[in-house]
Amino acid sequence: MPHLPSFAYARPDEILLPVKPWFVILTLILGLIGNLIPVSGVALTLQPDFLALVLLYWCIQEPRMISVGMAWCLGLLMDVADATVFGQHALAYAVLAYAAEYFRRRVLRFPLWQQAAQVAVLLLFCAALVLLVRVVGGAPMPRWTYAVGPLVGALLWPVLTILLQWPQRLRRSQAER
Amino acid sequence: MRHISVEPPPFFHRGPSPFARLAFFGLLSLALLFTDTRYRYLENVRQVVAVALYPLQRVVQLPGEALAHVANYFSSQKELAGDNAALKQQLLAEAPVVQGHQLLQQENARLRALLNVEKRFQGATIAAEVLYSGRDPFTQKLFVDKGESAGVQPGQAVIDEVGVVGQVTRVFPYMAEVTLVTDKDHAVPVKVERSGVRSVMYGAGTGRLPELRFLSPNVEIQAGDRLLTSGIDGTYPAGLAVAQVVSVERETGQIFARVTCKPLAGVEKSPHLLILGRAAAIQQRPEEPAESDTPRKGRGRRRG
Repeated sequence: MPHLPSFAYARPDEILLPVKPWFVILTLILGLIGNLIPVSGVALTLQPDFLALVLLYWCIQEPRMISVGMAWCLGLLMDVADATVFGQHALAYAVLAYAAEYFRRRVLRFPLWQQAAQVAVLLLFCAALVLLVRVVGGAPMPRWTYAVGPLVGALLWPVLTILLQWPQRLRRSQAER
Repeated sequence: MRHISVEPPPFFHRGPSPFARLAFFGLLSLALLFTDTRYRYLENVRQVVAVALYPLQRVVQLPGEALAHVANYFSSQKELAGDNAALKQQLLAEAPVVQGHQLLQQENARLRALLNVEKRFQGATIAAEVLYSGRDPFTQKLFVDKGESAGVQPGQAVIDEVGVVGQVTRVFPYMAEVTLVTDKDHAVPVKVERSGVRSVMYGAGTGRLPELRFLSPNVEIQAGDRLLTSGIDGTYPAGLAVAQVVSVERETGQIFARVTCKPLAGVEKSPHLLILGRAAAIQQRPEEPAESDTPRKGRGRRRG
């Protein structure tokens, strides 16, 4: 039986294997699929923006692979999927990617749950940007539940980080044996 | 503590700086936002991307569909027999109405032929199923599984078994976007069933009830009145149930009464919808002689 790494955040001194590009693309597609899940009512309020979350993770971990341009393209996809105005998600994701690149060194210094708090701020900022674009465009103000999705997203951050980091640690621990 | 430089060392070539990229893509987004809200140039791009996204959307539907199939399989025969009997009874109960309706339709068609009036609505109705409701919290939209390939066109009215749900606003090859009657500023011309008062029902956005605007305080309307489509817009056929009046506030000092109403159809709930045939092209409103749309037209007319 292969030795599996513990289900926890990598220690700061642990050197991770380089990430496989196909894995990044796969997780981004899964994030997109997560956003397309047909839900309604309370579930819709709770549904975080999975794609933004995965994007944020890769922008923080692998800024040389995923950055503003990629985020912008994924934003355009979300604009079509949500039937919103072209450029709304694209702008929000591009700014999110830039903010991630700017703050990544700071975010990575903290333990997971404190990272989640910082991610909450970033996701709320992203949502506020969308709100601004829409309200300028003449949409009515949404209710306060609008902020629930980003907060749920931030709560998912520790789990997501551990999951996405796992393949990079798995091989490592096998090699050690 | 040593200061760690934010700038990468020059020997790592990384293309334009993040801020330059942000500026470029940010401006591009703003340009797109402007173009898409002002002009509708980008609908073709949207179509292409929508087709590319379609497989993913179907993949997401699969687990739900599989679950529904399994549930169907295990529903007991007794239940089905009960349902069947109830439906037959219902069919029988509604038979006189339907037969009367057919008779009326024939009569109507004959009278219209006599009067030389064009048929107001044509084309077949299309049954559709809701794929998912839009995630955008600012608008009230949903997506149905029939699109251009099934003959859906923008502007068609969408109803469920109780009343009007909305209107097709965008058509993709395999699906269509329906804007619900509760969407902000979506207008439905209605009339009060009891008194025949005509008005327009405006949606108010997520979580708020639609309202009738610009009705004078002495208008013949009360809570509980049913609103039907009046059919004068050429989009919704006349006589479809739309909503029920919830409250009428008549305040002295206000120019208009405040009338809120609740949609009758399960606007956000019904899984099965019917897309009605397209309205025949209605005649253009005659131009008023006093004012013209553009100065050029006006000059032309004066000259001629």
